[in-house]
Amino acid sequence: MDEPRIGVFICECGVNIGGVIDCQAVADYAGTLPDVIRSSVNKYTCSDSGQSEIKQAIKDNNLNRVLVAACTPKTHEPIFRACVEEAGLNPYLFEFVNIREHCSWIHMQEKEAATGKACELVRMGVSRASKLEPLQSNEVPVTNTALVIGAGVAGMQSALDIAEMGYKVYLVEKNPSIGGKMAQLDKTFPTNDCSICILGPKMVEVARNKNIELMTYSEVEEVDGYVGNFKVKVRHKARYVDTNTCTGCGLCVQKCPVEVPNIEFNEGIGTRKAIYIPFPQAVPLRAVIDKSVCIDCGACSRACSSNSIIMEQEDTFSELDIGVIVVTAGFDVYDPEPTHDFGYGLYDNVITGMELERLINASGPTMGKVVRPSDVKPPKKVGFIQCVGSRDKKRNRYCSSFCCMYALKDAQLIREKYPDSEVYIMYMDMRTPFRNYEEFYDRARDMGIRFIRGKPGKVTENDDGGVKVRVEDTLTNDIINLDLDLLVLSVGAVSSESTERIRQILKVSRAADGFLMEAHPKLKPVDTTLDGIFIGGVSQGPKDIPYSVSQGSACAARASRYLAQGKAITEGITVEVNHDICVACGICVPMCPFQALSIEEGKLNIIKALCKGCGTCAVACPTGALQQNHFRNDQLLAQVKNVFTFEE
Amino acid sequence: MKMTENKQWEPKIVAFCCNWCSYGGADTAGMGRFQQPASLRIIRVMCSGRIDPLHVFNAFLEGADAVLVTGCHLGDCHYVNGNYKTQVRYDFMEDMIKELGLEPERLHLSWISASEGEKFANFVREVTEQVRKLGPSPLKPEGVN
Repeated sequence: MDEPRIGVFICECGVNIGGVIDCQAVADYAGTLPDVIRSSVNKYTCSDSGQSEIKQAIKDNNLNRVLVAACTPKTHEPIFRACVEEAGLNPYLFEFVNIREHCSWIHMQEKEAATGKACELVRMGVSRASKLEPLQSNEVPVTNTALVIGAGVAGMQSALDIAEMGYKVYLVEKNPSIGGKMAQLDKTFPTNDCSICILGPKMVEVARNKNIELMTYSEVEEVDGYVGNFKVKVRHKARYVDTNTCTGCGLCVQKCPVEVPNIEFNEGIGTRKAIYIPFPQAVPLRAVIDKSVCIDCGACSRACSSNSIIMEQEDTFSELDIGVIVVTAGFDVYDPEPTHDFGYGLYDNVITGMELERLINASGPTMGKVVRPSDVKPPKKVGFIQCVGSRDKKRNRYCSSFCCMYALKDAQLIREKYPDSEVYIMYMDMRTPFRNYEEFYDRARDMGIRFIRGKPGKVTENDDGGVKVRVEDTLTNDIINLDLDLLVLSVGAVSSESTERIRQILKVSRAADGFLMEAHPKLKPVDTTLDGIFIGGVSQGPKDIPYSVSQGSACAARASRYLAQGKAITEGITVEVNHDICVACGICVPMCPFQALSIEEGKLNIIKALCKGCGTCAVACPTGALQQNHFRNDQLLAQVKNVFTFEE
Repeated sequence: MKMTENKQWEPKIVAFCCNWCSYGGADTAGMGRFQQPASLRIIRVMCSGRIDPLHVFNAFLEGADAVLVTGCHLGDCHYVNGNYKTQVRYDFMEDMIKELGLEPERLHLSWISASEGEKFANFVREVTEQVRKLGPSPLKPEGVN
């Protein structure tokens, strides 16, 4: 490599950096540093004109290293690497210094200290830049299959889109049927069309699609590998029923003597048998035995005319070769039981919105009759409390986004079914964005539903089983005591345990709210920081059905870029061995979690395609023979040395 | 070659951050505008497992008043288990700095996720405060600022 000739570009990022840091002073200082040929300030270095300036400067000054001091490399490093590459430089000869997130934004009141720190960060970066070396990116083949985890409405859409592009999709669902939470809902806002009537045909479409291999009652156990080449192990839980011969006739269910609360689908209202079909529209329409409550009486076996009951069935496993992964692992509704929010769990007639969905649903446990749990009578006065578990610093700070709309919907349905009922909605703010949502709110008002702005302080039980809600109307400053027959808590969404499990397997990041975190909140809303892994639906954050479906499609589109190209570019940052110093001691071999290292015939062998470039092995090497490219010891130590200056 | 008399000493802390979690945590602190002392200098590595005791001790020998070793929470490592190896190496470094005659408060380990911006900022604040009380590192070469 020639002598380093470094160009330094200091970005003002409008006022984001320029408003705090004296960028010209930083550029002037950079000009005094060794190997720096030119340095300048740009208003927006990442803009077209900023990038053109870099390219021109490379040509004019024969630069062989470029340093940009701007924002975070996590979003902008690929942009500048591409920029220097267009000017003929190897992209790894680019160095990034973060003076926005790590400087101007966190030292807004200390302009002088921020400018001083920016100078030092640039000095560290220049010292590292002068030691950078060109590297080659690796191209890896991509297996043309996709794995979609979770078959709610988002996952179903994602699987269908990928399948319709002609690629094989494995759709893995932990429950015995696909459909997710949407299958439990009665109607959908703002059109009030029947949820299962629009979802059911889509479920059938998923099952029929030749490119989709549906794996219900199955869970992803292990994921290994990298973009294009994931090795996935899936557990197929024993159903104790042969799904090939079972016709879903339900005779076995009729004969089963064991009854337990139907928690899975009916939120604990009503019962199901030990052998059951999850719901009438289930896909696949097959029975499943809950072995934890089965008494092995054999009644189902005797009732089954197709001999489909296999009591000795065991879990089986599949090993899949997968190119890309989409995670739509869903969510849980907030559970007010442990903290007894507003008397839930203490008073019979306090229920959640999801429980109401099952009560109001024609195929639900009460055939669509809304009744008070205490005496099974239709309620005359129904109240809703909004933001239960949401927008609450003690619970979850975020807005769950769909609770206002589902409360408006259920309130309307109650008024339609029972025109002489009184319905109250107690709210902090009604949040109704998107098309026809505000109109839906207006309609609820027109139907005579009463809105009280205020969050109740106290809920107590009356002698007749009803509940008394004490709430301050913060618009009129009146204290109102409402006597209600039924109180519905509009509970929000929380990240589910199964999402957390899959997150840990895949190493996807989690945001502060517990949901999966996207690579960029604006520009990469369904990507993760991991190549080839995408996230969508409510596992990424609370959202309604159309938004979930859009994200499912977005995941499919983003994922299929890899499938269509049949290849992916992986980082050139891998580990390298100097055989002149390596003594083949093998200490590094067990350090690598990807089995990229091995000692073969007395020599260390590195499989570049398996190396992910973490550099853990390099630290273990006792002779210094192993070095991680782009993060070599001399490069890192140059930074360490340049944190400090010496006063002569 | 003495430190300029009238220039007040301010702690200088070197932090090694993994690309995926703790560097992201520092980014999130920035995005959230969580103000913190201008004492920190971050060196980015791909994994906390790449943090070599060599880097840490060199930082002290060059004049760092404190060094932070940071990475993803245990179980969240982008490279499966790099941070467990970091933990083992950290235990060694902890013993070593005592041998070097340094106060244990000058070396810290923290697991910070990419979403924990506030935690990152608080961590920087706390360590800076501790180090301010301890004064300059006894290993600081003369003339370093």
